[in-house]
Amino acid sequence: MFERIWRGSLAPLAAAVAAIVISSIALLISGNNPIDAFREMWQTIDSTESVVLIINRAVPYYIAGVAVAIGFKMNLFNIGSNGQYILAALIAGWAGAEVSLPPPIHVAFVFLVAITVGGTWALIAAVLNVTRNVNVVISTIMLNYIAFGLVAFLLNEFLADDETAGLVKNTKQMPSSAQIPSLNRLIEILGFNLAPGVQLYGFLPFAILLGVGYYVLLNRSRFGYDLKMSGLNPDAARSAGVNPKKMVLITLFMSGAVAGMIGLPFLLADPNFQKYGDAFPVTIGFTGLGLALLGRNSPVGIAAAAIVWATIERATQRLAPIGIPQEIGRILQGSFLLVAVIAYEVVRRRNDAAVAAAAATATAKLHREPPPSSTPMAGAPA
Amino acid sequence: MTATIDSTASDVREPGAESTWRKARWMPLAVALGAMAILSLTRLLADNDDLTSSGTFGVALRVAAPIGLAGLSGLVAERSGTINIGLDGMMVMGTIFAGWWGWQYGPWMALLGGIIGGMAGGMVMSLATTTFGVNHIVAGVAINIIAPGTARFMAGELFTDVQGGSITTSPGNTGAIGAFTVPFLSGGDLFGWTSPDILGWLEDRGWFLIADVAALAKGLTTAVSWDVVLTIAIFFGIAYLLWHTPLGLRLRSAGERPAAADSLGVSVHTMRHIGMGLSGALAGMGGAVLVLFANRYQENQVAGRGFLGLATMIFGNWMPLGTAAGAGLFGYAQGITLRTNPGDLVSALILAAGISLLVMSIWMVVERRWQTMGFMSVFTAVTFWAFFAASEPNNQLVFVTPYVVTLIAVSVGAQRLRPPAEEGIPWFKGMQ
Repeated sequence: MFERIWRGSLAPLAAAVAAIVISSIALLISGNNPIDAFREMWQTIDSTESVVLIINRAVPYYIAGVAVAIGFKMNLFNIGSNGQYILAALIAGWAGAEVSLPPPIHVAFVFLVAITVGGTWALIAAVLNVTRNVNVVISTIMLNYIAFGLVAFLLNEFLADDETAGLVKNTKQMPSSAQIPSLNRLIEILGFNLAPGVQLYGFLPFAILLGVGYYVLLNRSRFGYDLKMSGLNPDAARSAGVNPKKMVLITLFMSGAVAGMIGLPFLLADPNFQKYGDAFPVTIGFTGLGLALLGRNSPVGIAAAAIVWATIERATQRLAPIGIPQEIGRILQGSFLLVAVIAYEVVRRRNDAAVAAAAATATAKLHREPPPSSTPMAGAPA
Repeated sequence: MTATIDSTASDVREPGAESTWRKARWMPLAVALGAMAILSLTRLLADNDDLTSSGTFGVALRVAAPIGLAGLSGLVAERSGTINIGLDGMMVMGTIFAGWWGWQYGPWMALLGGIIGGMAGGMVMSLATTTFGVNHIVAGVAINIIAPGTARFMAGELFTDVQGGSITTSPGNTGAIGAFTVPFLSGGDLFGWTSPDILGWLEDRGWFLIADVAALAKGLTTAVSWDVVLTIAIFFGIAYLLWHTPLGLRLRSAGERPAAADSLGVSVHTMRHIGMGLSGALAGMGGAVLVLFANRYQENQVAGRGFLGLATMIFGNWMPLGTAAGAGLFGYAQGITLRTNPGDLVSALILAAGISLLVMSIWMVVERRWQTMGFMSVFTAVTFWAFFAASEPNNQLVFVTPYVVTLIAVSVGAQRLRPPAEEGIPWFKGMQ
């Protein structure tokens, strides 16, 4: 168990060290002191408020990561999660403000709308893939931009609240029955005190549930087994009776449905939003792609990645006053991601080679033949 | 995709294949003329000369150049075996370097800076994909996340404390790159003497189709910025390189059949590194062309043009001429929004799109291709809905047009598209 955790975290740790080195070099080149920068970053995150803010920020990132991870597991690259979620957030935000329902049902209604819209938008790519053999990467990229245009069009023409004057366009504010209460009580019970105005948004339990659901689906269900098999070896999956077209349709729908939830923490739990509008964050889907890569598509890994991402963003927020560019955070994130992706691949190839060699030796013993001198695929990258 | 190759091969052996082949060869020209006829018709119906004026085509060319370079960048990468989703990030690297060098050393150095910045991005990605065998989509996504961050960091360091600059914009290029007008055709100067403007005269007549074709030719030959001239030259250069030189053959073999290339002594890894370096350079130059157009670096200047470039490449079936045509189409759709009084133009354009979709749907009925017809009718309905639903003509819908066109083109033509056979598969010595 501990052995597994240790081996799994070796590559990310190496990537973290490399990212710190690369950012330090960038800071040195730009004439700043890296030690000052990292000390300030640590002091920024070293408080209960910071931890709460980091968790709030990490929740939508986490959902975004899980959304694309579902597709990644089957080698379906759903680059379009961004379009799926902004369209879902717009329509769910509008629909949520149009109806009046009792609190839990209202929240469930907004969930349902978001999931349906996100899933349906992803389904376009799935249908094009299944019927017309269109590459999913290509169609989801196109659908991203179509969604951007469509959202702007729908918001401007039909869904914006007429009450808001001027250039700012928003959907109507959702009533309080569509709000998930904050978890501040829980924090107080745990014995921490929060500064006034700081809230731990109530969406966290839903995100945790989503992670558990993803884990169960993947590792404890027939569908999850089919999904992983289709990703690892499509031919074997087909021979075993898995219908590849059906898998594409279901998987992309689920990926899109989860992507549809990315905007919900803002709509349902963040008192600063409760509506879709010009200020709504619109690039979290892209961030999710990186987080799924960083977390290797595992629910725990993506959670860790989302927290690291949010921590870096929080930590760099107070760098500007002491004269250090805040954008160093982007360099940290980017170099961390790139080195981690390379490190995972190197580790994976090493393991594959070791497994292949062990299998070759075992087979050779079985047949009482000398082991082959080398196996294809065993060559480590040059 | 092997099925596609087999079916084309058997087509060629069939009797009468000669004529189908000839038909296929003239198809693009026929389609282009048909499209022009529809535009001309819409121009007369909507009484809007700007729809096919030389000015509109000129802007379209200017806007198409960076998209075309991005498409060419993707083409070179994929022909040599790497799927380059990261070229959008490489364009971003191109813009920041071009903004920096353009401000420091002038427009030509901006072009060079963009090329170097993009090439750096391409080499980093190639290190991951070729040397370490990282999945190409994964590495590309990583590059797209890193590049904007790096650009913002650099912009903060370079431009913030400078007059006219900020973290989102460079202070502006020193000097302009200049433009070129072809003499006789479009009235360019020849040793200080102004030659007659033949195409302009034809355009002013306003005859159906003839005036529009003349306007197109005039738009492509009037006041063309030197970086755009260079872009056109590069299109021919890359086509020559890939299909008429030994290096080009080796590059393509690394994308089609790396094991075979390796068995003939070609270093697949070297070829893929070269392909990615070249791809990054082209994407970076695309970024630089954007900087030269705006005369400065601006944050988010690329705005997904890298992905649009990928779309043109697929639209063009991984061929330079097709890519150029795709870029021209998208350049036109984007360029029209930059004209004065774009609102009327936009609604006219949507009308034109609706008419052409309708024509194609009817054609599909004649050909009895019902599934395609179904897709077409849906798109036709959406287009006409957009035309009538918008209370006032809406730029957002035109912004969307290129992507919808690509999606239609890909969903109608996916069976006929033929990407390089083994692109996107990491390759190591000893693999089959």
